[in-house]
Amino acid sequence: MDSTKKINGAKSPSFGGVGEASFVSTRNACKLCAPLGASVVFKGIKGCIPMIHGSQGCATYIRRYMISHYKEPVDIASSNFSEESTIFGGNKNFIAGIDNIIKQYNPEVIGIASACLSETIGEDIPRLIREYRSVNSDKPLPVFVHASTPSYQGTHIDGFHEAVAAAVSSIAQVSETEKHINIFPGFVSPEDIRNLKEILADFGLDYVLFPDYSDSLDNPHWKDYQLIPEGGTPVADIRRTGSAKASIEFGYVLNQGGLHGRVKSNKTVFTAAEWLEKNCNVPRNSVGMPIGIKETDKFFDVLEKLAGISTPEKYKRQRGRLIDAYVDGHKYLFGKRAIVYGEEDLVIGLVSFLEEIGIETVLVASGGESGMLKDEIDRITQGKRKDMLVVSDMDFESINDIVDDLKPDLMIGNSKGYYITRRLGIPLVRVSFPIHDRFGAQRLRHLCYEGTQELFDRITNVLIEYKQEHSPVGYKYI
Amino acid sequence: MSTFLTERENQIFRTGKDVHTINCSRPSLAGSVSQRACVFCGSRVVLYPIADALHLIHGPIGCAAYTWDIRGALSSGPEIHRLSFSTDLREKDVVFGGEKKLYHSLSELIDRYKPKAAFVYSTCIVGVIGDDLEAVCKKVSKEKGMPVIPVQAPGFNGSKKDGYKIACESLATLIGTGDLEVPKYSINILGDFNLAGELWMLLEYYKRMGIHVNATITGDGRVDAIRSAHKASLNVVQCSGSMMYLAKIMKEKYGVPFMKVSYFGLEDMSDALYEVAKFFKSDELMAKAREIVREEFTRMMPILKEYKEKLEGKKAAIYVGGSFKAISLIKALRLIGVKTVLVGSQTGTADEYEIIRELCDDDTIIVDDSNPIELSTFVKEKQADIFIGGVKERPIAYKIGIGFCDHNHERKEALAGYEGMLNFAKEIYATAMSPVWQFTK
Repeated sequence: MDSTKKINGAKSPSFGGVGEASFVSTRNACKLCAPLGASVVFKGIKGCIPMIHGSQGCATYIRRYMISHYKEPVDIASSNFSEESTIFGGNKNFIAGIDNIIKQYNPEVIGIASACLSETIGEDIPRLIREYRSVNSDKPLPVFVHASTPSYQGTHIDGFHEAVAAAVSSIAQVSETEKHINIFPGFVSPEDIRNLKEILADFGLDYVLFPDYSDSLDNPHWKDYQLIPEGGTPVADIRRTGSAKASIEFGYVLNQGGLHGRVKSNKTVFTAAEWLEKNCNVPRNSVGMPIGIKETDKFFDVLEKLAGISTPEKYKRQRGRLIDAYVDGHKYLFGKRAIVYGEEDLVIGLVSFLEEIGIETVLVASGGESGMLKDEIDRITQGKRKDMLVVSDMDFESINDIVDDLKPDLMIGNSKGYYITRRLGIPLVRVSFPIHDRFGAQRLRHLCYEGTQELFDRITNVLIEYKQEHSPVGYKYI
Repeated sequence: MSTFLTERENQIFRTGKDVHTINCSRPSLAGSVSQRACVFCGSRVVLYPIADALHLIHGPIGCAAYTWDIRGALSSGPEIHRLSFSTDLREKDVVFGGEKKLYHSLSELIDRYKPKAAFVYSTCIVGVIGDDLEAVCKKVSKEKGMPVIPVQAPGFNGSKKDGYKIACESLATLIGTGDLEVPKYSINILGDFNLAGELWMLLEYYKRMGIHVNATITGDGRVDAIRSAHKASLNVVQCSGSMMYLAKIMKEKYGVPFMKVSYFGLEDMSDALYEVAKFFKSDELMAKAREIVREEFTRMMPILKEYKEKLEGKKAAIYVGGSFKAISLIKALRLIGVKTVLVGSQTGTADEYEIIRELCDDDTIIVDDSNPIELSTFVKEKQADIFIGGVKERPIAYKIGIGFCDHNHERKEALAGYEGMLNFAKEIYATAMSPVWQFTK
């Protein structure tokens, strides 16, 4: 396929000028804003209340988005800027905000994310925190974590990794190396986190997993209303990330890369594991999102190395069953054409997996803008998929503009692409965030052998269902 | 350990106990987890249902992403409103200005989607970085020959309610620019947003009465109809919190009188028909209205009676956007045997809180601009069985193990009109009677 002819409307800088109608505006964004990612991370710190330093709407919109996905209460405070704070600075609101959070919630941690407005008027949040601490030095105060997350820099994923790095760099302590490891899985589902914890425990590893929102964003039913839902990585654990013997970080792109339109120096951007390697001598092990056999194997190789034992029999059998399923299902899948969209590291993991099962990815789209996506996809496909369209900084209407020519059999991504699959009459396999039109998003698994198994079954079944529904015969055996 | 914020004391009221007036219409406290959104949100939700207009949000991506297809507002024709357009400002635009990007975005989107008008929303940083939204809108309007309306609604500039007002001002610039002729008994419907097709049910009732509905603002809204809205004889206003301001502008500028109605619950729905008939001083219209009401009551009452028998004694908590809707809900719940023990809103007015105070039994809690801490505490204290609110209140209800009915603008069930009352009763019944609660007590 000659890809250059098929991309009318792609707005991405990578395709700028190639298509006839290259759009300056973003039409149905395939991304969310940075403070959302930071808020998810803050929910993964034990006893933490997030506060967004900006207008009221930022906190409310993000709450609404997270509540609809996780089906859990999500309290995020706002410093609630007024016209006065916009002109004279938000310090009064900042102080009142922190005071009121402490009064109402008495949290162990307050996670502060900045917003476009506070960043644009040049609020110096570290200074505000310092001043608050010194004025209140006679009182027991919560731990403050601050992430710089203006919406005009990157996407929700950049905000996510920024907050992980901010928490680690401000809390971690260097001390003698201990036996535990750190794991930074990135933006995955609560069920994925539970699955990872089980794997680490089965390897006999002492670990710090951060952020851990497996409980705080997926709590059991409560007898009494919990102001701060239980769960989360304790501050003490974040502190000891500095003395770990190694870190594992999922993702090849993370928050790296030259952000489109970014004026701030890239040198100031680092991931949690990078920071620990540089400042605390904790070696970093970087693996991709472990989706599919190959990427999961890489992760398990690292675990074997760090634990000093071979993979437990349980996981060898999971892997074996997954391969068995690949074989049983391969004919339903071979040659099917998929469009995959979402966060850059997620789509890299998905493409790697689809390559293993014979599904041809015809378009990889992301709202991310690291500029690294194309190279990473090339690397993961060993340069064999020259015709695969890989577009960064893409939006849904740009996908919609070219999708007819691509003739996909299915799409894989979050809920927001549904309107395109509806128009085409093809299935959508929902993964990642946000999932606002299906039940159980917090319990979806994507990672490792069992998560891949679940994903494989779902993909195979939607294709079988499609065939069955569109068959004039109505087979009950297919 | 939680404490209520002392500064909010006067925003909480217990009927039969407290004597202070409810302090409302004030900004949310910093650090409070208010259920409100911002000024931008207020204007965005009001204008959103205008289906043949382009809605472009000038700012970084968040504001557009979170308001994509945000309401269940249906259109009988074009659906441009269901797309989310943003100038998606990046750091370099923030530093060097976003006017050019805005100009190109507007031009390309108008060319591509061919709207009848464009609304351009400013967000928090637009003013701060010095973009002249108005100048760009003027330029594009001239070039494309269509109304391009700046909606100056930076999020920090007040509360959600101020956003409603800004939306009304934007609408006011459109009204009076059209010239469509309208028949004798013509009304505009203000403040119904056609959630789940509710507006279409209302149109049916008015049509049966022989009344012509001119412009619907903004549910299933069309630019041309809005431009000629001043031709109608009467504005019928629901959701007064958002639309009363526009009704007042239209009265002042074009002499179009207005009346406040509600379409929730049998009584209020029927009054909405009677009042319009009364306004036109027509026996014929009144006879038709009576006929509709009689017919609907005959159909409804036996069904509602059955619900009432089963729901009698249940207690409800209400927390919605505006207090006017809360009034209707209290009455509608009473009709099916449910007592309201807690009632509040994000942006209520003093007058309406006063009506609520009179309407409610003693020891009902009334609360303005509440938050999850207060709501969860009050619901527990009053032992409510059902919570009526929006998406953000749902997990509060569910986590403490009580039923929930979504009465917010994202709902997908029609709850207005007579049919809506049935749906409402059905939903309250379903959530109150579900066997799942046996496991949560």
